[in-house]
Amino acid sequence: MTSQPLAADPTVGTAHDPADGAPPPPGPGGRVRRRRGSVHGSPSTILTIAVLGAVAYFLLPLWWLAVASTKSNTGLFTSFGLWFADDFNLLQNIRDVFTFQNGIFLVWTRNTVFYAVVSAVGAAGLATAAGYAFAKLRFRGSTVLFAGILGAIMIPLTALAIPTYLLFARVGLTDTPWAIILPSLVSPFGVYLMRVYAAGAVPDSLLEAARVDGASEARIFFSIALRLLAPGFVTVLLFALVATWNNYFLPLIMLSSPEWYPLTVGLAQWQSTSQAGSGSQALFSMVITGSFVSIIPLIVAFLFLQRYWQSGLAAGGVKQ
Amino acid sequence: MSSTETQQKDRPGSRPPGRQKGERDRAPHDTGMRRREERAAYLFVLPFLIVFVAMLVVPLAYSGYLSFFRQRLIGATSFVGLENYVRAVQDQTFLDGVMRMVQFLLIQVPIMLTLSLVFALILDSGRLRLQRFVRLSIFVPYAVPGVIAALMWGYLYGRDFGPFAQVARALDMAPPQFLSHEVMLYSIMNIVTWSFVGYNMIIIFAALRAIPTELYEAARVDGAGEVRVAWSIKIPAVRPALLLTTIFSVIGTFQLFNEPNILRSIAPNVIGVGYTPNLYAYNLAFIGREINYAAAIAFLLGTVIMAVSYVVQLSALRKERRS
Repeated sequence: MTSQPLAADPTVGTAHDPADGAPPPPGPGGRVRRRRGSVHGSPSTILTIAVLGAVAYFLLPLWWLAVASTKSNTGLFTSFGLWFADDFNLLQNIRDVFTFQNGIFLVWTRNTVFYAVVSAVGAAGLATAAGYAFAKLRFRGSTVLFAGILGAIMIPLTALAIPTYLLFARVGLTDTPWAIILPSLVSPFGVYLMRVYAAGAVPDSLLEAARVDGASEARIFFSIALRLLAPGFVTVLLFALVATWNNYFLPLIMLSSPEWYPLTVGLAQWQSTSQAGSGSQALFSMVITGSFVSIIPLIVAFLFLQRYWQSGLAAGGVKQ
Repeated sequence: MSSTETQQKDRPGSRPPGRQKGERDRAPHDTGMRRREERAAYLFVLPFLIVFVAMLVVPLAYSGYLSFFRQRLIGATSFVGLENYVRAVQDQTFLDGVMRMVQFLLIQVPIMLTLSLVFALILDSGRLRLQRFVRLSIFVPYAVPGVIAALMWGYLYGRDFGPFAQVARALDMAPPQFLSHEVMLYSIMNIVTWSFVGYNMIIIFAALRAIPTELYEAARVDGAGEVRVAWSIKIPAVRPALLLTTIFSVIGTFQLFNEPNILRSIAPNVIGVGYTPNLYAYNLAFIGREINYAAAIAFLLGTVIMAVSYVVQLSALRKERRS
């Protein structure tokens, strides 16, 4: 077969020691399922209640955030946190958030979306092409290169941020969108995921047949492989999207003009202004409502695209 | 030796002519294809590699380079060898930060991963009603950016309108001091746990779903309970996933920055410039303007992270080999 034995692959075998000759775990995508409900016992009500208690821990803070964003500043201080105040101030708060400082919140939102989408599409594209080549094409040095990329997963990105800032400062890239987008294009984990995914999703026989028919490698990739790799591509896209959307450290050091800030840095700045006190307390409800508004798109995206999360994390976890 | 080699080389020549002709026809075609495949592979890998080198390898090397210099007062920089590193390993602020992260690692990571594993096992057992709702609810905090999570918990912990303080006041008790010197680290642990239990749970859950049922069907027939099946079959089977989550957690812990930096504006007296190593590097570089020393700290931190991840991997491998 074309794919080199991955350093991690043997662990899959040993992990299944208990029954030698058991079928290997399903390929990436994790969608190849075999499971009947019949082996399970019946649902337990006591267990369900206990787990729902735990679920409250995860949901109540978000409930608090939602409720708090309906309150005026005085309402925050005078009413109980987990329930609504007498006045329902949500629309007024949202209007305040979007009009404060000449609507800078909207600019931050636009920046966040722009940085996240451009970085994610770029990172997923680069990772897909590279991952496909590592999984399906034979070339000299592939093992060494891939090992190098795998090793880079361990490198803490924040250790890179300061030298990257200094390098960017030399070429005048700081305080521009490039300062956020360029470092976000590198996703070693994305290459790893795409390699695992491509190994399972693209049959070698298909590639051989296309080659015999005289199709060029580029044509094979763009018209055959890419379609098969689409679910993996979306998974890497989502990972990169969320990573850039949530990024705080990099934009914090790279950007100095508020009009380039993403939401994370902007909201943190509002918060530190509000904490500095002296008359800026009106910012409390602004920070809370802004936070609430900014996480809604992400939560919606997560709920609708969870299939891709599962499959991507499955590929990463099972094959590691 | 040489005679066998020549024999082997000669062998194809002794084949019937018809077949030899066919092989000759295919041979140049094959190598041409191979070469084209190789060229294409480099072209596919190249765009990633360019960005990889420019955004990862070069900054890393630059950071290493910078760490050997020191800015003098006159404005010139001079080569000082390992001086920055010697200073770092004697710098109490840096060492305190590292030790705080070690403490964080030893307390928070086991708690978080145990919770993730338990939830994943419960979900996988199929003994739960409202499966989907539970799974999504636990996972949803991961969708909340770390900064927003820290802002939110900062208010929840707060004494002004935080619900904990409100409840305490209603019961005529002293409000809990979540942001005090003694409790702060645990408060941060809670934020990180809240954010990442679901993420790790999904990784482990996905691995559990990939175990062939045949592996534990027999044990069930023999009367093994759910806990026994989980302990002796499921957990050993998902060891690779547990290793992955442990390594990600180690990397995440030593990089801790967002939460302490946000909480710092609420409790500036509790969180100092070097509360975490990463915060220290940031403050050195951008507030203290000690760029060379900051580079050394960042480089050292990276080394610590890689060393700890490597030790985790190694001990896991050894354990695997023993069993």
